[in-house]
Amino acid sequence: MTKLASPEKKTFGAKFKELASNQIFIPVAALLLLVLFNLIADPGFFKITLGQNSNGDPVLSGYLITILNNASELVILAIGMTLVTAASGGQDISVGANIAIAGSVILRILCGNQGARPETMQAPIIVAFLAACAVSMLFGAFNGTLVAYFKIQPMVATLILFTAGRSIAAWINNNQLPIISDASFGYFGNFIPGIPVPTPVFIAIACVIVIMLVLKFTTLGLLTQSVGINSHSSRLNGIDPAFVKFITYVILGLCVAVAGLIKVSRISSINYSVIAKDIEMDAILAVALGGNALSGGKFNMWGSILGAYVIQFLTTTLYKFNVASDALPAYKAVVVILLVVMSAPVVREKMGKAMKSAASKKTAKEAK
Amino acid sequence: MQDSAVLEMRGICKYFPGVKALQNVDFTLRQGEIHALMGENGAGKSTLIKVLTGVYEKDGGEIFIEGHEGAVSIRSPQDAQNAGISTVYQEITLCPNLTVAENMYIGRTKGALTNWKKMNEGAGKLLEALDIPAVPTQQLGSCSIAVQQMVAIARAVDMDCKVLILDEPTSSLDEQEVEKLFKLMRDLKAKGVGIIFVTHFLDQVYEVCDRITVLRDGQLVGEYIIEDLPRVQLVSKMLGKELDDMASIKNDSDAAAVDLGTPVLEAKGLSSAEGIKPFDFNIHKGEVNGFTGLLGSGRSECVRAIFGADKKTGGEVFMDGEKVKIHKPLDAMKHGIGYLPEDRKQDGIVGDLSVRENIILALQVMKGFFKPFSRAQAEAFADEYIKLLEIKTASSDTPIKQLSGGNQQKVILARWLLTNPKYLILDEPTRGIDVGTKIEIQKLVLKLAGEGKSVTFISSEIDEMLRTCSRLMVMRDRKLVGELSGDDLSQTKIMATIAGGEN
Repeated sequence: MTKLASPEKKTFGAKFKELASNQIFIPVAALLLLVLFNLIADPGFFKITLGQNSNGDPVLSGYLITILNNASELVILAIGMTLVTAASGGQDISVGANIAIAGSVILRILCGNQGARPETMQAPIIVAFLAACAVSMLFGAFNGTLVAYFKIQPMVATLILFTAGRSIAAWINNNQLPIISDASFGYFGNFIPGIPVPTPVFIAIACVIVIMLVLKFTTLGLLTQSVGINSHSSRLNGIDPAFVKFITYVILGLCVAVAGLIKVSRISSINYSVIAKDIEMDAILAVALGGNALSGGKFNMWGSILGAYVIQFLTTTLYKFNVASDALPAYKAVVVILLVVMSAPVVREKMGKAMKSAASKKTAKEAK
Repeated sequence: MQDSAVLEMRGICKYFPGVKALQNVDFTLRQGEIHALMGENGAGKSTLIKVLTGVYEKDGGEIFIEGHEGAVSIRSPQDAQNAGISTVYQEITLCPNLTVAENMYIGRTKGALTNWKKMNEGAGKLLEALDIPAVPTQQLGSCSIAVQQMVAIARAVDMDCKVLILDEPTSSLDEQEVEKLFKLMRDLKAKGVGIIFVTHFLDQVYEVCDRITVLRDGQLVGEYIIEDLPRVQLVSKMLGKELDDMASIKNDSDAAAVDLGTPVLEAKGLSSAEGIKPFDFNIHKGEVNGFTGLLGSGRSECVRAIFGADKKTGGEVFMDGEKVKIHKPLDAMKHGIGYLPEDRKQDGIVGDLSVRENIILALQVMKGFFKPFSRAQAEAFADEYIKLLEIKTASSDTPIKQLSGGNQQKVILARWLLTNPKYLILDEPTRGIDVGTKIEIQKLVLKLAGEGKSVTFISSEIDEMLRTCSRLMVMRDRKLVGELSGDDLSQTKIMATIAGGEN
C-alpha cells in the first residue's frame, strides 16, 4: 500500500512547489488566510442580509458586500497601474489627486451656471462623465509625455500632479463644495432602485471584463511587457517603446475617470483634500501583492485585481475588529510587510523547496 | 588532491527544471597553466563556471582549493572571491553608470570610508600597466565594449587571485586587443596563476593554452594535453561526431544563381547620425554579401542605417527599383527587411518573455495591434522553428534568458525567418557561438540565398565571410573604402584593404 501511495505524495510535493511558485499563489493564500481568520474569530462576518433602505428598496448588507463595494475604485485603478508599471517600470503616484480632478469636473458640469447647489442637473450625467474622461486622459497624457518622451522617472514626473492635483480640483469649482441633490446621480456610487447589489461592484466587474477582452483581442499585453523588459530589442522589432509607455498612462487616466465618478457619486459631493486620499499607495500595493515586479516587465492582471480585493478585505477586517482609524495604517503595515515578503520571488522559491523536501521526507518515513 | 593542482572539482552536478546542465563533471586546474574549457552551446561550460564562482548552488559534488582543508563551500560570488577565484564573464557584468575606478574597486574596499584619490591613482597605474585606454574617472558606460571587457579583466587581475576565469573574454576584442590579453595571460601564468579560459575561437586555444577539458551535453568528455589533441579531433569530440568538411559549404552557393537585374535593395549616399560617411550599397536577389572591417569601423552602423535603427541624415533607399522611406524599424520590416542585431543581450532578446513570445514578436508587431495570434497559432509557429533550427529548450514556454547564448541566437533567427523577409541582415550572428552552430548558421544563410532571399552577413571572422559571401564591402574609420568580389576575395586582399595599403 505504501509503495502505491508514495508516487502520489511526491507529485503532491512537486505540485505544491509549482503552486507556491505561481504568481497568483500569494494573493489567493492571503485571501484564504483572511477568510479563515474571520471564520474563527466571528463567523458572523460572512452573514449577508437582505434589508430595505430608507426609500424602501431592497439592499444587501454585510461585510462581504462592503468589501466588494469599497474595493471597486481600487480594482479599477490597479488595472491601469499594472499596465503603467509593466511598460514604464515605475508607478503613477498622482492617481488620488487626479480622481479629485475628475470628480470636480463631473460636479462642475452637472452644476452648470447654477452655483454649487443646483435644483436640477444642468447636463446629462454621461456628458459630465465623458468630459471627466477627456480631462483625466489629458492629465494621463501629461504624465505619459514626461515619462515616455522626456524620460523623467515616473515617480518624479507624477509628483507634479500629486502635488498640484487637489488644488486644480478645487480651482475647477472655485473652491466651493457642490452638492447634487438629484437622486439619480447617486446610483453610480450606491444602489440602483430595485437592484440589491451596490452599483460600483458592477462597474468594477465591467472594467475587469473590458481589460481582459482588450488583453485577449489586442497585443497590448505583449507590447507593454516587451517594452518593460527590453526597450532596445522592442524598438528593433518595430515597436515604438515611447508610445507604448505613453499610452499606458492615458489608459490609467481613463481608469481614474471611472473611479472618480464612483467616488463623487457615493456622496453626491466632493471634499478636495480627502477624496481618494492615499489611494495611489493602495493601488501600487495591489500590483505588488499580485506578485508583479514594480520594476516592470512581465505582469499578471488577475494578480493585481485579486491584490486589490485582498487589501480591501484586510482594511474592512481591521475596521470590524474596532481598530481605531488612526491606528489602522500601522496594523495594515504589519500585514502588508508579511504579504510582500512572502510574495518575493526569493522567498517563494525557498518555500517551494522546503515544502518539497518536507513532502519527500514524509514519504520516505512512510515507506519505512 | 594532486600536488600541483590549485583547484579540483569532483562529480559536480547541477539541475535546472527539465534540464540536467551538469552531470558528474570533474575538472582539475594546475598551478601556472592555461586550461581551456571547451564545448558546444549548452554543453555546460558557463554553468560549471557559475557553480565554481557561487552564482549557482551546485546540486552535487565537491570543490577543493589549494590552501583549504577539505572541500570548500562556495555559496556566493563573495565566497569565491575570498577563496582566490576571480572571474571575467562573457557578458559584461560591471556597472556602466559608475566610473572605471569605482568598477575596479567596488566590493573590495574595507570599512565605510573610501579614499577616492588613492583609488583613482591605483586604478590609473593598473590601467597604464595593462595598456588599457581608459581614464579612471571616466564613466564605464562611455567606453567601448572592448575597453569595458579589459577593465573587467583588470579588476579580476588586481585581486591577487590564484584562479582566474576568463569566460569568452575575447569575443568582443579585436586582434591587437586579443594579443594584449594573451600577453597578460602569459605573465600571470608565469606568476603561477591558474587560468581557466573559455572560448569558441580554436586558434586562440592553440595559441595560448596548455590543456583542454571538453564537455558535451553536461558531461565530461575528457581532459587532454594540447599537443595530444589536434584540432579536428577536438572539434569532433565537442560535437560527438565527425565534422562536416567545411570547404564543402561554399560549393552549394556557387550553384545558387544570383539574379543580376534590379537590386532588391539599393542605397545611395546613405548616412546616419552615428557618423557614417555617405555610402552606396546594393544587393541582388539570391545574393549573400557582407560588411567587413575592424571593430568600430562602422560595419554595424551601415546596416543599422539601412534598417532605420539609427537616425538617417541623408541619402535614398530603393527597393526593387522603387524609392522607399524607411524612418524606423517598422518601415523596414514592412518592406520585407529583417535585422539580427550585433548585441544579442541588449538589442536582441526580450529576456523574461518565453521562447514562443520571442519568436512571434516581430511578426506579431507587423500583423497589427488588433490581431494577436491565438495561443495555438503561436505555439505552432514556435514548435515549427524550435524543430527546424534545433533550438535546445525545455519548452516553448521557457523564458529565453534561461537558454544558452547560441540557442538564444537561434531564437532571434527564428523570429526573423518567421517574418519571411526578402532581405535579411545578420550582424555577427555567430559571435560567442560554438563551432557546430556556426556551421549550421552559415549553411542556413546559403540555403536562404538559394531560395532567392538576399542576405547581408557581418562577422569578425574573415574565413567565415569568405565561406559565405560573394561580395564584401570593406569599412575603415566609418567609411566604405572598398568592394571586393570574385578573385579579389582572399584573406590577404581583404586584410590589405582593411589596413589601407594600396595594392
